[in-house]
Amino acid sequence: MNRAQTKPAADIARCRDDFPGLHQDVNGHPLVYLDSAASAQQPAAVIDAVARYQREDHANVHRGVHTLSHRATELYEGARDKLCDFVNAASRAEIILTSGTTDAINLVAQSYCRPLLQPGDQVLISWLEHHSNIVPWQLVCEQTGAELIVAPINDRGEIELDQLQALMTERVKLLAIGHVSNALGTINPIHDIIAMAKKLGIAVLVDGAQGVPHMSVDVQALGCDFYAFSGHKMFGPTGTGVLWARETLLEKMPPYKGGGDMILEVSFDKTVFNELPYKFEAGTPNISGTIGLGAAVDYLLGVGLHSIYEHEKTLHSYMVRQLADVDGVRLIGTANEQASVQSFMLNDVHPHDLGTILDHQGVAVRTGHHCAMPVMQRFGLPGTTRASLGLYNNADDIDRLVTGLEKARQLFA
Amino acid sequence: MTGVSDNSELKDLYRELILDHARKPRNFGRLENATHVAEGINPLCGDKLSLYLLVDSEQRITEAGFEGSGCAISMASASLMTETISDLSVTDADTCYKAVTTRLATNTSDSELEPGIDLSYLKALDGVREYPSRVKCATLAWHALHAALSDSQATATTE
Repeated sequence: MNRAQTKPAADIARCRDDFPGLHQDVNGHPLVYLDSAASAQQPAAVIDAVARYQREDHANVHRGVHTLSHRATELYEGARDKLCDFVNAASRAEIILTSGTTDAINLVAQSYCRPLLQPGDQVLISWLEHHSNIVPWQLVCEQTGAELIVAPINDRGEIELDQLQALMTERVKLLAIGHVSNALGTINPIHDIIAMAKKLGIAVLVDGAQGVPHMSVDVQALGCDFYAFSGHKMFGPTGTGVLWARETLLEKMPPYKGGGDMILEVSFDKTVFNELPYKFEAGTPNISGTIGLGAAVDYLLGVGLHSIYEHEKTLHSYMVRQLADVDGVRLIGTANEQASVQSFMLNDVHPHDLGTILDHQGVAVRTGHHCAMPVMQRFGLPGTTRASLGLYNNADDIDRLVTGLEKARQLFA
Repeated sequence: MTGVSDNSELKDLYRELILDHARKPRNFGRLENATHVAEGINPLCGDKLSLYLLVDSEQRITEAGFEGSGCAISMASASLMTETISDLSVTDADTCYKAVTTRLATNTSDSELEPGIDLSYLKALDGVREYPSRVKCATLAWHALHAALSDSQATATTE
């Protein structure tokens, strides 16, 4: 069992007090933050860990023999160990620290796929994907002559599994699929999807950017080959992220970027690359951010991932009920399994107008295409308004959203 | 929770004139005989519009039309613009472009509005100056106008 699941739960309602960013007025109203799927607020524990490092322990990692460098290295590598446990990786060599999910996916596209793909090969994705799980594959397909193919979704925003399966032929060399849709909140049945692909020997990358903040992830139990996620969606700093990959694959993959730290020995004739995970980490890394991410892992485990999941599930159900009661609201994305993300339209009010009106009342939501233009095209919409919840939201936040929507409806009546 | 001042500020952005033009955009539709065409795209928001101008041999805009989709601010601004520029010379229209984009991007006072051309009702758009992320919505049509007048087959973006 993943260690993450065994932690006891804290009183989740009190967690709100841990996030200084939430305690402010915006446009004359107490802030209601419903944009965690874009970027989550950070708890004081994360902010303090970063500040403490900057004040007391800052030096470059893996280099100096002096005390500060040693301390920085211990904190940085300690964060890697925490991340290793967090997703239940088999070894710390499998935790590649990146600048985020996008960086992690590009690494796989360029280092795993580019040497592998031949003209006529295919990379399979779904219609639900974020641009970061589309464009890197388009680039590598252009570079290699391979083809990008897309599994369709239904009107609830769920992947059509039979059609996905039908697309899995021997031509497919990689399936890249989101764990949770950022635009619609759909939780994909990735256990089943991974099993389908592995039966046919297809490698699988899971874009977990929206997975890790909401549920416990055990990469070994999932059975995928790559799992990518970002720090700032799980209450850590921006510019941090992880590519987890099977060690056997990473060993065969060439470096993605060249530079310092990823080498053992350099001469003008030959360079000996460093061992894993450092082979993929060129240059001075985001030391402070990664230390903050380690603190975010501690925080999440302290609250308890199961409690977070249950809290968000209850709150999401409440949000769906309340939104459905607002005259003129149409929910976009109604999958049977949904994370705490909800897209919607209000009559024919454009999402950007709605976003401004809500902001005016201190309610922060995301509006637009959510970096998932194909999803919007699928529903024939220019964009949606999206309310996404974090562990710190409560029913009052939803009520404030509903009040804001009523006001917008009157203004545009 | 929602005070009076709060309402009045919002109504400053969504003035009745703006809402009216957003609901019923004037000059909406393609001009088949257009001499100048430009696309306007706001990549951040996804607002898109096509602007059509009919310019006569004396360099006068005799007709202006647009089609597209976007927020209330972008649609109302495009609608107001087509009314403003119809019957203006190309030079005057471009002067308006400069005046309006400057006015919305900065806190230009009324007296600095270009003399000789009545832009007074564009003041309805002034509310966006309080919303930096929405200024681009209001200027999109005007950027398309500038692009159309500079190059008869152009694409303007707000970026």
